[in-house]
Amino acid sequence: MAERSFAKEVEDLRIGAGETFRGEGILAVTKALLQSGVSYVGGYQGAPISHLMDVLSDAQDILGELKVHFEASASEASAAAMLAASVNYPLRGAVTWKSTVGTNVASDALSQLASSGVKGGALVIVGEDYGEGSSIMQERSHAFAMKSQMWLLDPRPNLSAIVNSVETGFQLSEASNTPVMLELRIRACHVYGSFEAKDNVTPQYTLADAMENPARDYSRVVLPPSNFVHEVEKIENRWPAAIDFIKTHKLNEFLGGHKGKAGIIVQGGLYNTLIRALELLGLANAYGETHIPIYCLNVTYPLIDEEVKGFCLDKKAVLMIEEGQPEYLEQAVNSILRNGDIQTKLVGKAVFPKAGEYTADVMREGVRTFFEKHEPKLVKHSPVTAKSLAPDMMQGVVETVPQRPAGFCTGCPERPVFSAMKQVQKDVGDFHVSCDIGCHLFSILPPFDVGNTTMGYGLGWAGASAFNTEAQKRTVSIMGDGGFWHNGLTSGVGNAVFNKNDNVLVIVDNGYAAATGGQDILSSRAFNKSKSTNNPIAKAVRGMGVTWLKEVHTYNIGEMKSVLKEALTTKEVGPKVIVAQAECMLNKQRREKPIRNKAIANGKRVVRPRFGVDPDTCTGDHACIRISGCPSLTLRDNPDPLKDDPVAWVNNDCVGCGVCGENAHSAVLCPSFFRADLIYNPSWWDKFMSGVRRAVIGSFQRGAERRRAKVSFGDAT
Amino acid sequence: MSAAKAIKIAVTAMGGQGGGVLSGWIVKLGEQAGYIAQSTSVPGVAQRTGATIYYVELFPKSAADEKGKAPVLALMPASGDVDIVVAAEFMEAGRAIMRQLVSKQTTLIASSHRDYAIAEKIIMGDGRQEVTPIREAAQEAAGRFIEADMAQAAAEAGAVISAVLFGALAGSGALPIGREVFEETIKAGGRAVAANLRGFASGYEIASAQGQVNTHQQAPQRVETDTINGATLPAPAVVPLLERMKTDFPPETHDVIREGLMRCVDYQDVRYGYEYLDTLSEIHAVDKEHGAGRSYRLTKDAAKHLALWMSYDDVVRVADLKTRASRFDRFREDVRAEEGQIVDVSEYMHPRVEEVCDLLPPFLARGILKGKTRRKVMSALLGGGRRVPTTKLRGFFLLRMIANLHFMRRGSFRFALEQTRVRQWGDWLRQYAPHEYDFACEIAAMQRLIKGYGETHQRSLANYNRIMARVEDIAVQPNPGQALSALRNAALKDEHGAALETALSQLSSNLQAAE
Repeated sequence: MAERSFAKEVEDLRIGAGETFRGEGILAVTKALLQSGVSYVGGYQGAPISHLMDVLSDAQDILGELKVHFEASASEASAAAMLAASVNYPLRGAVTWKSTVGTNVASDALSQLASSGVKGGALVIVGEDYGEGSSIMQERSHAFAMKSQMWLLDPRPNLSAIVNSVETGFQLSEASNTPVMLELRIRACHVYGSFEAKDNVTPQYTLADAMENPARDYSRVVLPPSNFVHEVEKIENRWPAAIDFIKTHKLNEFLGGHKGKAGIIVQGGLYNTLIRALELLGLANAYGETHIPIYCLNVTYPLIDEEVKGFCLDKKAVLMIEEGQPEYLEQAVNSILRNGDIQTKLVGKAVFPKAGEYTADVMREGVRTFFEKHEPKLVKHSPVTAKSLAPDMMQGVVETVPQRPAGFCTGCPERPVFSAMKQVQKDVGDFHVSCDIGCHLFSILPPFDVGNTTMGYGLGWAGASAFNTEAQKRTVSIMGDGGFWHNGLTSGVGNAVFNKNDNVLVIVDNGYAAATGGQDILSSRAFNKSKSTNNPIAKAVRGMGVTWLKEVHTYNIGEMKSVLKEALTTKEVGPKVIVAQAECMLNKQRREKPIRNKAIANGKRVVRPRFGVDPDTCTGDHACIRISGCPSLTLRDNPDPLKDDPVAWVNNDCVGCGVCGENAHSAVLCPSFFRADLIYNPSWWDKFMSGVRRAVIGSFQRGAERRRAKVSFGDAT
Repeated sequence: MSAAKAIKIAVTAMGGQGGGVLSGWIVKLGEQAGYIAQSTSVPGVAQRTGATIYYVELFPKSAADEKGKAPVLALMPASGDVDIVVAAEFMEAGRAIMRQLVSKQTTLIASSHRDYAIAEKIIMGDGRQEVTPIREAAQEAAGRFIEADMAQAAAEAGAVISAVLFGALAGSGALPIGREVFEETIKAGGRAVAANLRGFASGYEIASAQGQVNTHQQAPQRVETDTINGATLPAPAVVPLLERMKTDFPPETHDVIREGLMRCVDYQDVRYGYEYLDTLSEIHAVDKEHGAGRSYRLTKDAAKHLALWMSYDDVVRVADLKTRASRFDRFREDVRAEEGQIVDVSEYMHPRVEEVCDLLPPFLARGILKGKTRRKVMSALLGGGRRVPTTKLRGFFLLRMIANLHFMRRGSFRFALEQTRVRQWGDWLRQYAPHEYDFACEIAAMQRLIKGYGETHQRSLANYNRIMARVEDIAVQPNPGQALSALRNAALKDEHGAALETALSQLSSNLQAAE
């Protein structure tokens, strides 16, 4: 079960024509897929499209009714390869992933697919993790579209436009026998809005039809001589067909006014930000009405030469608004103008930052600068945004506000892995740590500061494969269970076995693809109706030929430490794998909290553990925080009037995982930590024992109080 | 051109704080009240404790209908163009200001509570950021600024903080939407409705009661503040101690000395209080001459740190504190136990050979600590970390037994060690006070470095020793007080002592340059 359940929302997928669909962008895409008569959908989760996968996963019943097959693919490569079903058959298929990382993984299959060409519409929905909130390298998916010659849609970020582009995307794909990429930026994926729904469509031709009547066309297979033919086909047939379709169906829009010496070409996805910028400059109203000519590229690849030329011809200058780098569009438009011998000045990155997200402020200032130069009268009276604060005061704020890097959740089972690692480093000295992609990558941030590189999902161990030589120390690599099943089993474990690696791998086995929202994977412990779970990682690792393998419960820091130490120092030659196990706390709490609350409400005896710190024995050194970083382990004022430093304190978000206490033990910190077991609905025995204890302990405590009263200083001086 | 505009609302929060719940409510509220609502966020990894911004735009549906056109709503806030900013934590209000979201057109609603960032928490001393620059900036930048501890209000109501913030949004009147519609939204949500409505109500009251308000949080009571006149009088056994304090020390030092006395007597016995005054008198003798014009800062600083030094942390002290009735009351409160609920508490203890030897007579302790085998045997006897069940009889009496060993303290290995250290420290104070008064005060404050038990104590004591080994070098610096305080801060910077290392080598090169 994923972090977020869409059980309620998926019911909205059933609504039909005449009704209004309300929801997140990515949900709208799901609805659009059903309205387009899609036969199969696959993908791999990751922000910002995780919810698309979660929705589909929760929508199995509806998908069944519509004869749609949904697959939670093993990787983006698996998902892309799935589109092969549309090569020979008139089947519409869609796949989705986080880009550019997912597109990287998928690119081999995508190239093959783009070479073969498709008969049924093939749509690749890429969630662009670029700009604020992104966790990956900042690159563009645009290059993939260009290199494989797939068409790239970049619709305006409102639900109607997004839904529309899904539907026309399939048509374009079929009209030009080419897979189509639909690019959605992170905010568009999460935008809440509404659109007028249509009825869902059951595909006429089904997957079963294809399986029962296989059709084969030798010319669709990528192998000489067809591969050479495909390249020519792309240029001579598919490209012109696409151009024709885009023009005829007016996929790109000419918005705004028709006069003026200066105009704007904008990527569809940036349209709303542009309009807001114009509104703030006094050049547009809230409905997007403006005198400035705007050519909105809802298709950013290929460009329609005639449209570009037509738009630029009567203008002195045109602003090209294109996010990210390199500036492929600016280059392409310049080339079109040059070839057409058109002298219009094209301005792009000259007035915008070369790198980074085009935020509202960047947009406003870029547009202002452009007009100041090329049609100054337009912005002569535009309001200038006043600074909200004097510079020194703002400086004070900037210096005060702390950074908030992402970190492990309260009670996260991955925390103790790194607590242990930090403590082991103290004992045996620092070692090289190769990281992977997943929550565990937070180890590189404070307070752990552990980890050297990350080379991609599942590539943690491969990232340390060069260090396969004789040395006094071993390297440690990290891999999450998500990355392990994605490819780490072969790229990491298989690679290490085959190359006789002597180093250490820690696989964090928390039962979910946790970082992407807690989706089930092969080794998940939970029962899943439509998937096969409970396939142990250890079995797979052993199957690969690893003999040194230990399974450790992560919360047992002492054992974690000793196993790590052993792996680092053992005389045994060969790859060493530690499977560190404990369920993702976020998922565990979501599952167990309601059960516990219900049990308490029903009068059942429940013991709820949580932790605490005694302020009068806490030393204010915060060593406990430095090896934990738990959000619920925080600070409060020192109640001791003689001491200045704040004391550690466990706040009420504590889930009672016990890591802070274990750490205090294994790192020999201080005796301030205590575990409190809160007993709900106590049994008669609990009550009896508690009564006895309270009576005895109470009388001793009263005695001690009396003795202390004899040396009391009272309240007054 | 039409004048209709969207109402722009930004919610700044930390991942996991429920900013999504709040923005979801605002969307539903807007739709209910006749607005076209759009919201966005960039959750991503920030969901895991990072800072997040949720952004909502509400556009009057009537205006759009009249126009026959849908508005183009933005997916991110522009600086100086946000009407309402709701910050779920105080530094997140700062972040909103930093991002220029707060301007004169903005109503800023902020919870004044702090949720410390990891960078603040990992500092060995006090790494908490000052809130004043944020408060002043908020008052300056925002059109209206509403501030209250909404986390506290939420806890009292048993609600989520979003409910209190939602109430504050309603109470602020920044949205032209009636209270009932807000409450309907919470009810329609269907989760923890009663509690969240309570939270909402308290948020509503906070905001409607505040125009432009700044409720400064009460600073915790320090010894410098005036003592409160209470009811109980000092016990006869300690009256002579207080009398001696009054005759031997000037009035401005009494508060802190009294605290120090209380600590020493509580730690050991009344005699220990006299010893405290004896040592302090020696220091004060110098201060009498040099500290009069400085409100006897040295005496005060020394009184504080001497008390802490003399009440060093050992197993006896810990066992005593852990078994007190006041502590039993406190942990119940800390873990929010219900009235009468049974709470079983167990302690995480890991006494090492060193801690046991601390309590033994010096010759025995040295013998054990020196002999490798003896040490090993002892270590094996102690075992690893253990959990002591304090609320059970066997745990309680084990700890009481240890607490009762305080009679062994005076003759113990550690006591002798600490006495020597205190004497050396006192000597330095008296040596430097006449010529470098501030430096002497900074030496007094050096005790702050020495903390805790086990490895923490070893590390912090080592830092103290490393710095104090250079006391003569520091004394010849142009501003020795400042130099020493810089070194102390460097020692508190990182665990590995890297900053201290750099600072000490800087000291050496300063000296060389001077030569």
